[in-house]
Amino acid sequence: MKILVTVKEVAEVDDEFQISGLDIDEGSLEYDLNEWDDYAVEEAVQISEENDDVEVVTVTIGPERAEETVRMALAKGADRALRVWDDSLENAQFLDVESKADILAAVVEEEDPDFVLTGVQAGDDANGATGVALADRIGFEWAAVVNALDIEAGVASVHRELEGGIEELTDVELPSVLTIQTGINEPRYASLRGIRQAQRKPLDVHTLDDLGLDDSVVESPVERTSMYEPESEGDATLWEGSAEETAGELATFLRDKGVVEG
Amino acid sequence: MTVLAITEHRRGDVRDVSYELVTAGRELADDLGTDLELAVIGGDVEGFADDVNRDGVDTIYTVDEGEEFNHGVYTQAIEQLATEVEPTALLMPNSVNGLDYAPAVAEGLDLPLVTDVVDFETNGNLEVTREQYGGKVETTYDIDADDYALTIRPAEWPKAEAAGDAAIEAFDADIDESALGTTVNGFEEVGGGDVDITEADVLVSIGRGIDEEENLPLVEELADTLGATLSSSRPIVDNGWLPKNRQVGQSGKVVTPDVYIAIGISGAVQHVAGMKGADTIVAINTDPNAPIYDIADYGIVDDLFDVVPELIEEFGGEAPDL
Repeated sequence: MKILVTVKEVAEVDDEFQISGLDIDEGSLEYDLNEWDDYAVEEAVQISEENDDVEVVTVTIGPERAEETVRMALAKGADRALRVWDDSLENAQFLDVESKADILAAVVEEEDPDFVLTGVQAGDDANGATGVALADRIGFEWAAVVNALDIEAGVASVHRELEGGIEELTDVELPSVLTIQTGINEPRYASLRGIRQAQRKPLDVHTLDDLGLDDSVVESPVERTSMYEPESEGDATLWEGSAEETAGELATFLRDKGVVEG
Repeated sequence: MTVLAITEHRRGDVRDVSYELVTAGRELADDLGTDLELAVIGGDVEGFADDVNRDGVDTIYTVDEGEEFNHGVYTQAIEQLATEVEPTALLMPNSVNGLDYAPAVAEGLDLPLVTDVVDFETNGNLEVTREQYGGKVETTYDIDADDYALTIRPAEWPKAEAAGDAAIEAFDADIDESALGTTVNGFEEVGGGDVDITEADVLVSIGRGIDEEENLPLVEELADTLGATLSSSRPIVDNGWLPKNRQVGQSGKVVTPDVYIAIGISGAVQHVAGMKGADTIVAINTDPNAPIYDIADYGIVDDLFDVVPELIEEFGGEAPDL
């Protein structure tokens, strides 16, 4: 059995940041494995540990820098990795849902996995759409926002986490794409041994051409036109001073409000 | 040319986002100078159609297929309906179920899709506004296409309240049952437990800023000292540090206490959805740009590990050694 896990290196923004042009200035960003994808990797690795002959392959679309986060997935137990990148991707303003689905569909065609796991969304763009778009493109079944998963006899029995503390219990035929919600498991830390082993695991780089695609894949009718810090809608009263002073202000407020006596 | 919005219901009730879609859809239809049409798919379609028959809606299509949401039914029905009515804009909710069918519908109809839209305006093309990087920035996108699909963030537009007089038309979708690869077996309430955070007058709520499970006794002591109930944002529950019934937010509980003290919580939109109804919101967070300050009434921009022990001592408690 082969499980393909799509992972993304996401940018996290410092408390203080600058915007230059249509994106956040590189100096204000730190990169990490997308939180939701971390749970997807863990789920795949757990399935591989509980069953014989399971191969976990991770794929990412990203520059060479992204190999650090992909190696993290390998250190946590994935068997090998693919990274897709070339000049046309480097030069694209951003990749819309359709472009990502195109690229990942080509990877699925090459790898022929039994099912695909991906995070519900990425922490930076937060489209929340690539997994389901991919499923439709490759003719797989799917389930979005999965927070419990049990695979048996060609069927994935999942819980989908709905709003308001309710879960939907659904059976999904394989092959399928499942988008994984945080909390489904407890992602492991990469061990030192795992990190060492990850350095020796295969990490292949594919260009669009290698996947039978061309530059047109990055074309999009959707174009980013501006990025800005939203104006604060709030009019919060900020208590200032030392911790002792601000705690004193809050205490006074709570006493005045009648929350606490004394 | 029309605007077609897909309504949402669950377990016999129309969900609020459906009424918000009416408002957003009417706004867009006015900008485009066209009609607003709705689709109601599955369940008590006649009753739901009456519910969403609000002022500004021109036509409501009822698709009498299935009881509860099934993305295969939705995908097939919407694609067939859209082929018939040819909407310029297809609006869907950015809900858990919306995200389970909208990307597939957009793929199937070959429409560009922009999700989680919080605003839009027409300027020849459509320009939509989104939030990115956890709400720290807003971005605008220009959609250079004749037709497009959008998912609309819940609670961003007001609910349409006034009654309407839309035409209600049954739409016979030709659902290929053999192509439905998923079966919905039911629902499960999660959480339970002995504490009902929705009943609390005062909530001390903790988020990612607590860093480690070993630091939890600090906020537990604060809650004890104040006679408050302890709740949390999602990461704390995901980590297994507190049970699910303590989670405030879109996928947790909606709370309306007199005072909500948000400690080390950045204020992601999913969390805010659960607590913005609190009478007074107090935030303690090191990041002055955190979205929580957009809705807080009072704030302390400082390290919780400095402020919380002082607060405990203010009320005669003793902060635990961490």
